[in-house]
Amino acid sequence: EELKIFFEKLSKYIGRGVKELIQRPDAPHCFRLHRDRVYYVGDSQVKVAAALPREQLMSMGCVFGKFTKTKKFKLHITCLDYVAQHAQHKVWIKASAEQSFLYGNHVLKAGLGRITEDTPQYQGVVVLSMADVPLGFGICAKSTAECRKLDPQSIVVLHQADIGEYLRDEDSLC
Amino acid sequence: DEDEDEDEDKDEVEGDGDDDDNFDEDEDERDGEEDDELDFEQKARETVARMAAEARENQEEMKEQEASFTLPTEEQLRQEQAITPDISNLKQRIKDVAEVLGDFSSKREEGRGRGEYIEQLRSDLGSCYGYNAELLEMLFQLFSPAEVIQFIEANETPRPVTIRTNTLKTRRRELAQALIARNVSLDPIAKWSKEGLQIYESAVPIGATPEYLAGHYMVQSASSFLPVLALSPQPGQRVLDMAASPGGKTSHMAAMMSNRGTLVANDFNKERIRALQGNLSRLGVRCSVILNADGREFPKLMGGFDRVLLDAPCTGLGVISKDPSIKAEKSFQDIQRCQQLQKELLLSAIDSCQANSPGGGIIVYSTCSITVEENEAVVDYALNSRSVKLVDSNLEFGVEGFTRYRSKRFHTSLRLARRFYPHVHNMDGFFVAKLRKTNNSLPSGPASSGLASSGTDVSTPVPHDSLKGKKKKNMGKLAKPAAACTAKVPPQSTAHKKALKQGRPR
Repeated sequence: EELKIFFEKLSKYIGRGVKELIQRPDAPHCFRLHRDRVYYVGDSQVKVAAALPREQLMSMGCVFGKFTKTKKFKLHITCLDYVAQHAQHKVWIKASAEQSFLYGNHVLKAGLGRITEDTPQYQGVVVLSMADVPLGFGICAKSTAECRKLDPQSIVVLHQADIGEYLRDEDSLC
Repeated sequence: DEDEDEDEDKDEVEGDGDDDDNFDEDEDERDGEEDDELDFEQKARETVARMAAEARENQEEMKEQEASFTLPTEEQLRQEQAITPDISNLKQRIKDVAEVLGDFSSKREEGRGRGEYIEQLRSDLGSCYGYNAELLEMLFQLFSPAEVIQFIEANETPRPVTIRTNTLKTRRRELAQALIARNVSLDPIAKWSKEGLQIYESAVPIGATPEYLAGHYMVQSASSFLPVLALSPQPGQRVLDMAASPGGKTSHMAAMMSNRGTLVANDFNKERIRALQGNLSRLGVRCSVILNADGREFPKLMGGFDRVLLDAPCTGLGVISKDPSIKAEKSFQDIQRCQQLQKELLLSAIDSCQANSPGGGIIVYSTCSITVEENEAVVDYALNSRSVKLVDSNLEFGVEGFTRYRSKRFHTSLRLARRFYPHVHNMDGFFVAKLRKTNNSLPSGPASSGLASSGTDVSTPVPHDSLKGKKKKNMGKLAKPAAACTAKVPPQSTAHKKALKQGRPR
């Protein structure tokens, strides 16, 4: 049940990549639900964590996100490394728009550098800087074709999560 | 004139033995020239003599001035206490007293003993820099008076800001280039670290650059690199970090393990777990399991680790430059309380470790304090209670650990532990000791009776025979802890002599 919700949300960003995350050739990993949060852990760590008492276990491996009280899944910035690796649609933003995005604002057309071809509207994307450093994720507000016709002040990517949250929003991550 | 010429001739004859033959012949010719030269020389000689006399007078004056430093009388002290202290005055007096103590026999004032000078120095240091009396007493037991002053002055200024490159995500060179592009002036720390960078100045806050947010580096002090370098966990091992927050050392270990293996990061404080979680996620550590438990529960919760790092909670006397409130607050009681906790944690750490694992069985104990009670005393206690021995930490610099301190005598191997001081190494005060576990069972005999008297919760001592029955790799080493106890007295005398040679502080 929750698994379905989680995979649906995740595949919005990385599509088929979900399969690759589970069936890794080097070391088997799996997703584990613990206290409303989803963790992505390798097998050896899962064995260790399974032996530890539930109240004292705080985290394992990489946190992907958490389920809200109404059972919706929110993807956290902490899984950015994995998502950026397998993402199908990416958006590159200019250096001038970087700071603004890191403060939690949406990306405007003026800050848009590149965008992968054929991105449908409302597609989950990974936002990168021009130097290919992942900055966060977002939702594409307009498809690629429409983006070309926009005026500079309209929003192209809706902000979902960015690495500035490590400083702004530490508490919600744990 | 004639007398002059004769004298000058004599001088020249004495000076140049070789020219004797030519002299008599050319005497008449040379006379004219010699007059001019000799006048000039004579004036030069006079000036030199005058300068020498002046220098002598100056020295005598200075000596008089030095000798004139006297300790303030009781009345002067009472007057001083009535008004607010004059810092520059106090500092001058501190310097004077230190000078006198440095050359006591010649510079002392008649009728005043060494103790009085030290008393004066202590009260001046206390009022000038804000240290409480107990702390000063402890510092004077640890260092010589001149070193105490150096230590205290070093604590007034902050240590340089240092960062560690996160090798899981980037290389030091690339990070340095990226930061230089943001107007940060930096340099590699030293030869012993391939990942450290020292920040001189920075236009942007170093804890908020996009590289920081992307997890390319971690801000941590240089001394925090040391226990992890000593432990050097290998990929694929099972490692425990008993007091992990905020995660600088934990992430360093994960980087050394290349994210392979299992790293259990534990911390007792729930609020700091958030910081730990945040840092580990930011730095891309994937092999970790975070736990919120009391470190003393450890072998029960989980055991069999290859390596254990215990960066124990301490009074923090080595990091006064970061937290000046420590100067006024800490007392002997705090040290005793910390010591009790540290002993229990270290025993738990040792028990959680697997002795016979390949290349493993290593525990590193470190604190950011410089007191002997929290460092050598705790390690010595562990050496007596468990089958562990100290090994070389491979840290090439640092002061050796003490094998004796006041009336206490520690195990000779404590020389292998390392101490770091702010005024010597320009890092936070630190202590690192690397222990290797030789056997999974407890040592029997006099060692365990020592355990019972200290009141720790330990099962009854294992009889010697049953241990012989079990197959252990390091059987030969079993006798060592017991022998070390009884044989303690004779080897210490040679260690004592060695320590004297090395000039241990009084």
